[in-house]
Amino acid sequence: MLPLREKLIRTLKFLGFLLFLSPLALLVWKGFHDRLGANPVDVITRTTGRWTLIFLLLTLSVTPLRKLSRLPWLIRFRRMLGLFAFFYGSLHLMTYVWLDKFFDFPMMLHDIIKRRFITAGLTAWTLMLPLAFTSTSGWIRRLGGKRWQTLHRLIYFSAAAGVIHFIWLVKADLRQPLTYCAILAVLLAYRIVVWAVAKLRSKASLAVVEAGSTTK
Amino acid sequence: MLIKKPTDIPSSEITPKSAFLNRRKFITGAAATGAAIAAGLYLRGMDGGKAEAAGTGAKLAGIVKSPFSVTEPQTSFKDITNYNNYYEFSTDKYEPNGLAANFRTRPWTVSIEGLVKKPKKIDIDAIMKLAPLEERIYRHRCVEGWSMVIPWVGYPLSNLLKQVEPLGNTKFVAFETVFAPDQMPNQKRSVLPWPYVEGLRMDEAMHPLTLLALGLYDETLPNVDGAPLRLAVPWKYGFKSIKAIVKIKLVENMPPTTWNISAPDEYGFYSNVNPTVDHPRWSQASERRIGESLFAHKHPTLMFNGYGDQVASLYSGMDLRKNF
Repeated sequence: MLPLREKLIRTLKFLGFLLFLSPLALLVWKGFHDRLGANPVDVITRTTGRWTLIFLLLTLSVTPLRKLSRLPWLIRFRRMLGLFAFFYGSLHLMTYVWLDKFFDFPMMLHDIIKRRFITAGLTAWTLMLPLAFTSTSGWIRRLGGKRWQTLHRLIYFSAAAGVIHFIWLVKADLRQPLTYCAILAVLLAYRIVVWAVAKLRSKASLAVVEAGSTTK
Repeated sequence: MLIKKPTDIPSSEITPKSAFLNRRKFITGAAATGAAIAAGLYLRGMDGGKAEAAGTGAKLAGIVKSPFSVTEPQTSFKDITNYNNYYEFSTDKYEPNGLAANFRTRPWTVSIEGLVKKPKKIDIDAIMKLAPLEERIYRHRCVEGWSMVIPWVGYPLSNLLKQVEPLGNTKFVAFETVFAPDQMPNQKRSVLPWPYVEGLRMDEAMHPLTLLALGLYDETLPNVDGAPLRLAVPWKYGFKSIKAIVKIKLVENMPPTTWNISAPDEYGFYSNVNPTVDHPRWSQASERRIGESLFAHKHPTLMFNGYGDQVASLYSGMDLRKNF
């Protein structure tokens, strides 16, 4: 028998899984009910793109939330959130490749070179690829915790590229992309602060040790 | 650089011992939903593109057909009125319909001034009766890569301009949209420099294709599409066809235009539809026809939006790459 806590976490994860699929479910529902508006490709592109960014930011929120709220079990949601970011990102990319460009690869190559927002978007997705691939427990073991963690810091760059992709594609009115940008900035700033504090502390403790050794 | 971190995270936390959903299950689920969405959209595509009855505008009488009309299937009234750029109301293309619902189009006067013999302030109801109303079914190409086929009602802009007797040194016409921040929420914010301004060269403005649009689908123009009067310049990208006009000024020098002020490298003064001049954001080689199936291929974009026979001569000798 599983302990109650474990059962609860698993139930929460299952509910989370359903919840995280709901944006797609809603899109499918709208598709069946002719509710995707005049330009369905546009709606699908925007919806999948928006949810990719949201899941990237949610993934990056896990560590700060877990530490600040002292709820260590929140880490159990991180992989799922990250994979959902990759999932929606892949749907977003597929929409572009299939419904926008109809697999016209020379045209897409031209786009990637010429249009910086496409370059940024593709960069964001490409950076997620190794993370999704090495998301299993097996890969964490194979790489070792430290190396795995170093590799998975790529998510910072993926999220940044994703936000830049959004900023660059907007014609006018940057309120929405800048909101995502601000949230990302806070999440990254948290990490910089934690890192800086840790560094200062280790220096301070080193100084104490040194001071202790000189008085000896 | 490697960021050193205190090892306060036990590896058991990084590595959940038993993940509830393994990757395989996740991918299977994802693939299934992906297939479902494709099926749903396919079904949606099958009954797309039907034209519906028009809206709630007043019926316009005595409309004559025009030889300038195209014969392609018309975009439905619903799509024309629920998908467009009207940044005064919203930067979202679906929102202006609701936000413009209570926009006041009466009383409304248009001031025509500048290099003219008889400057005038004309009431919209007088403008409506100035010339016989024609139905002009025009292709409408947005700079963003989508297009529609729209049955406008109106008459050539030249009919209105002749009223004020332009002077010989007039080279350009400047247009201005109403500034009504109490009614147009985005005019309270600096999304674009307000009011929206546009311009045409005098010969473009006087061209028989340049339509002063007063209606759509045999009814008065819906608010969302620029009521009570707007331009429809079918060989140029949509943003040149300014909406809710209150001022027309005839001038000697090329007037400023809103999108050109906002992003000069993206939007030129001429902005003729041109598949060979790429836009920094969108390929202009093809366009998505609104109302067609999700899986329908895009249409190749035509030079001057297919109106080359009528307008190409206006630009003979001009480098259209430079004058984009």
